[in-house]
Amino acid sequence: MIELLIQASTGPFSFLLDPLSHEFMRRALLVSALVGGVCGLLSCYMTLKGWALMGDAVSHAVMPGVVVSYALGLPFSVGAFVFGVGSVALIGFIKQKSRVKEDTVIGLVFTGFFALGLVLVSKIKSNIDLMHILFGSPLGISGSDVQQTLFITFLVISILLIFRRDLMLYCFDATHARSIGINTTFLHYLLLSVLSLAAVAGLQTVGIILVVSMLITPGATAYLLTDRFDRMNILAILSSSLSSVLGVYISYWSDIETGGSIVLVQTLIFLFAFLFAPRYGILKSGSYF
Amino acid sequence: MDFINTLDTTNLFRIEADQVCVDYNGTVALYDASLKLKSGSICGLVGMNGAGKSTFFKALMGFVRPSMGSIRINGQAVRKAQREQAVAYVPQSEGIDSSFPVSVWDVVMMGRYGAMNLFRIPRESDRKAVWHALERVELTDLRKRPIGALSGGQRKRAFLARAIAQRASVLLLDEPFSGVDVRTEKLMSQLFLQFRNEGRTILVSTHDLSHVRDFCDLVVLINKTVLAYGETSEIFTNENLTMTFGGLSQDLLYRQMSSEDFSE
Repeated sequence: MIELLIQASTGPFSFLLDPLSHEFMRRALLVSALVGGVCGLLSCYMTLKGWALMGDAVSHAVMPGVVVSYALGLPFSVGAFVFGVGSVALIGFIKQKSRVKEDTVIGLVFTGFFALGLVLVSKIKSNIDLMHILFGSPLGISGSDVQQTLFITFLVISILLIFRRDLMLYCFDATHARSIGINTTFLHYLLLSVLSLAAVAGLQTVGIILVVSMLITPGATAYLLTDRFDRMNILAILSSSLSSVLGVYISYWSDIETGGSIVLVQTLIFLFAFLFAPRYGILKSGSYF
Repeated sequence: MDFINTLDTTNLFRIEADQVCVDYNGTVALYDASLKLKSGSICGLVGMNGAGKSTFFKALMGFVRPSMGSIRINGQAVRKAQREQAVAYVPQSEGIDSSFPVSVWDVVMMGRYGAMNLFRIPRESDRKAVWHALERVELTDLRKRPIGALSGGQRKRAFLARAIAQRASVLLLDEPFSGVDVRTEKLMSQLFLQFRNEGRTILVSTHDLSHVRDFCDLVVLINKTVLAYGETSEIFTNENLTMTFGGLSQDLLYRQMSSEDFSE
């Protein structure tokens, strides 16, 4: 096996294997692929439920949580989760108690939380690198961050697998779900909690600003490629993980920003599907006229 | 004949609403609404938009709790009926995301979810129930099609099949006659009669009066409360309809009904 690796590392595929000799690259690839897979699976529900804006909101709102966690020496995911869920609760509360429309409330709350995060970063003395939070730093992930990510990944995937049919039904026809005794309020908050967790995981690889892309683009791509929910899940996971791995490699080879490169690959895959998808691509349906 | 989830089908009140009031944060949506429907009834629920039709449905499904009065389904509390999947809701075509990536089979299988374990893994009996339901609405050939590839009428039949697969004893149909083709309409009228013989009770929410006369034995006229209730032929008087729809739309209604008469 090792001989094979050595052989390969000098052979024509050495450009693929060379980066793996670095510990930081192995970590980056592992974390990015896992996070990509998890966000990809979740993105199916986000796009089908029409929660893209909610994904954007939650991912920005976790910012102060990350800062507070670092300041208190907690795992960053704890604070991020609290603020992610908190922002959603606040959005719901303001929407219910005022006459302001929902999209306005969402925009208002998440920018408020995000601003709070920025202010906290500048005020709290710590070794937080703002750029790492905003734009991600998969190449600089620490061992404990890898553990956290593994844990979050495991948790989110378990929840999504256990409740996949119920969540699908909830997205498709909540009225029917409720009428047969399925607790849709529980599913609503479950999906929001999972969204917060996935946003926390995603911000490590692509950062807070771009994490919403991880939460919607793979789902949108898969949606163009199939009419079956199960296939959509698989395609979203594959395209998302592939984008992450390719993005990290491209970033390594050409020394460009990793988060940007991952998201750009995702966007290109989406554009490819948009053009060439067998049934829904514009070149097929002729809707480009 | 389909097995349905209930103990006794003869002389049983499927729906008993007794002086039901529903209000949303102080705004009254329904007051003093009473209605009793036996097993094997086909009843039209007729009223204007905002007359409380969907509120009444929501109360029957347990989504809103009456602030006064009581509702019993098959003689049981709504919560209990919900757990037994006694009530099936058949949505309007427009109420459903038709581009959702599910097949007809998947949609009908959703009727079985309540009877499955947490993971919703279909057993052989669930698959049989789905197949049987698809046969009854003549959609077995299209079972693998995405729901979005179906016509409006076929989609309606798919949701009726879901209610059959659910083995519901009470069916709540929301505007079932809109956008329906001739074949579906014919099939629906057959199905309604079969449902009645099986002891199911159907409540049809609509403002399509001509279809109510063709399909429903009973009719309930509502405008925030039950205005009139009984045999369709007795209830459909000009006076009652004016009361239900208000003076303004009377003209329109009259035209709708008389043009129907001419075409027959």
